[in-house]
Amino acid sequence: MSTFIAITISGLALSAVYFLVASGLSLIYGLMDVLNFAHGVFLTLGGYAGWELAARLPAAASPFGFLLTAAAAAACGALAGALTEVLLIRPLYGRPLGQILVTIGLDLALVGLLLGGFGSDSRSITVPAWLSGVTTIGGERIPGGDFAALGAGLGVLAALTWFLRRTRYGIIIRAGAENREMVSALGINVGRAFTLVFAIGGAAAGLAGLLNAVVFSGALIDPVQGDQLLIFAFIVVVIGGLDSLSGSAIAAVLVGLVQTYVGFYADSGAGLAQLANVSVVLLLAMVLLIRPRGLLGRTT
Amino acid sequence: MTRLPSRGRLSVAVGVPLLFALLPLAGLQVPWVLPGTTDVLNSAGTLAVFGLCFVFGGLALSFDLLFGFTGLLSFGQVLFFAVGVYVLDIALSVWQWPLLPAIALALAAGAVLALLLGAISLRARGIAFAMVTLAFAQAGYYLIQDNPHGLTGGDTGLVMSANRLPAFLVGVVSTRNLYWLALGFLVVVYAVVWLTTESVTGRVWQAIRDNERRAEVLGFAPFPFKLASFVISSLIATAAGMVYLLLVGTAAPDSVAATTVTVSILVMVVLGGAGSRWGAVAGAMVYVYLQQYLLKVAAEPSFGSLPAVLRVPLSQPDFLLGALFILFILFAPGGIAGLAHRVAARRHSRRHWRPGRPRRAEEEAPAGRSELVADGTQ
Repeated sequence: MSTFIAITISGLALSAVYFLVASGLSLIYGLMDVLNFAHGVFLTLGGYAGWELAARLPAAASPFGFLLTAAAAAACGALAGALTEVLLIRPLYGRPLGQILVTIGLDLALVGLLLGGFGSDSRSITVPAWLSGVTTIGGERIPGGDFAALGAGLGVLAALTWFLRRTRYGIIIRAGAENREMVSALGINVGRAFTLVFAIGGAAAGLAGLLNAVVFSGALIDPVQGDQLLIFAFIVVVIGGLDSLSGSAIAAVLVGLVQTYVGFYADSGAGLAQLANVSVVLLLAMVLLIRPRGLLGRTT
Repeated sequence: MTRLPSRGRLSVAVGVPLLFALLPLAGLQVPWVLPGTTDVLNSAGTLAVFGLCFVFGGLALSFDLLFGFTGLLSFGQVLFFAVGVYVLDIALSVWQWPLLPAIALALAAGAVLALLLGAISLRARGIAFAMVTLAFAQAGYYLIQDNPHGLTGGDTGLVMSANRLPAFLVGVVSTRNLYWLALGFLVVVYAVVWLTTESVTGRVWQAIRDNERRAEVLGFAPFPFKLASFVISSLIATAAGMVYLLLVGTAAPDSVAATTVTVSILVMVVLGGAGSRWGAVAGAMVYVYLQQYLLKVAAEPSFGSLPAVLRVPLSQPDFLLGALFILFILFAPGGIAGLAHRVAARRHSRRHWRPGRPRRAEEEAPAGRSELVADGTQ
């Protein structure tokens, strides 16, 4: 039972990282009908930004230092997202397939650039000791990183919910997802909302990239890490329904837990190390067979 | 119902493969541009790169059949390529089967898997279809990495054993023979894709691509046609995988089963021009050739003396190809084939231009099809 709780918390931490990635993907898809393949490299860029800052910051091992590192990762992701929208997505309005393809090209090019600049070897990010260590709570040994990931996931979920419900731009984004033409016909600049969702999605991705490296990869970052995580984030958004933020949240919990439970309980006996990953794929196939538009999606 | 090609096209269709077939006999010195380590045109290194170009040409054609002609954006094409590579490799090297039964087994595996996964994933449309196929391919990749029963060799891959191969495919002389084998494969695939896309079925595929509901209203249930396209395309990819294995001699998950391979196939086809058969082949040849050539250039000693700002991006073929791909999407969405159409149309209009006739309309007319596909605006 005690391991079960520890496993569940670790699974939820994974869900939180998935949600951070998937939230940006579904916001962008919901408003613009673009599935952003460059999200993978946004993740990696966030990880590298965190690594760069932590290497230069004398106080990187303090909690405040880690907050700064995380902020740098999010800022780098936001910048990458906004630049992508302005420079590459904007010139391709009215060509949805072109927009998707251009994000694929961007991912390919930037991952190549990162490989050239940093090499394929992993870099180690300086983090506070409690993050990479284990905390004992009521007899349970729980990795400190799990709490960081859970906190970030819940924080972003709350912030996004507040932003979409209560702020002017949030309402424009929701209205735009409902009917883009109507919003611009009412004289509201939807283009600015496009840049905004890319920046928000990029920021969440940058943060997720750092957390994924710190919590699930032993504080190591390498150029293809983001793309590996992105595949699971894609599975999460498709299960949740591509354009639904709450669908993404539910699907993130589902996928994170299934993957962690199968990984822990089936791994030892069956001798199939990748069974956890395969189970997620099967989950996706099952959901789509029963409900092709995903759990909460409005369109296929 | 198949339209016959014009005489000009026919002479190109015979002439270009014939030229390539004679290439191994030409010991020409060509400075600078060759991807091999020497400047001799028929050196083993250069022939091997050309062989790889042909294999990926066939693979790109299989993807073009699905994406460019039927409008199905699959992200799982690499799975069927990997089936060809791995099933043939396992049958030859682990079970020590003779070549022909091994080939038959790989094709059968590809066909069964294509029918099964096609029937499931074609329930989804658009981006969801792309994601389901991506997920299946990824599951295949994990399975290969897992090395079940020690069959696939896991991460390190599985070297092909040459024990059961016929003599002409083994040893020093095999480079030429393998080159011809790959060329022959590409010619056969081109013929198959040409025949199927120009047939009645091919017309229905294109109707589905342009407007699925309209095709349905006209009385063509889309599902069997889409499934046929999926299975034919997958079988070609399986065959490409087998030729790849004979050519390269080893199966490694990251070079034959990872999603990055699907991305490169997509880049090849869009670069060449989706919906154009020769465009897909040209895109694949340019892609593979550039990739190998840029690697060779980056390995040269004089390259190391460049300043880092230039050296780092130029040493990464992926960066240069990705950047080239982005430029094409932004400025030439019809790919190489679209550019060629545009140039041909401009020449045509210049030759036939008479006063009083609108010149622009004529220029733009024939460029349409492949650009429409790449646009997705229909």
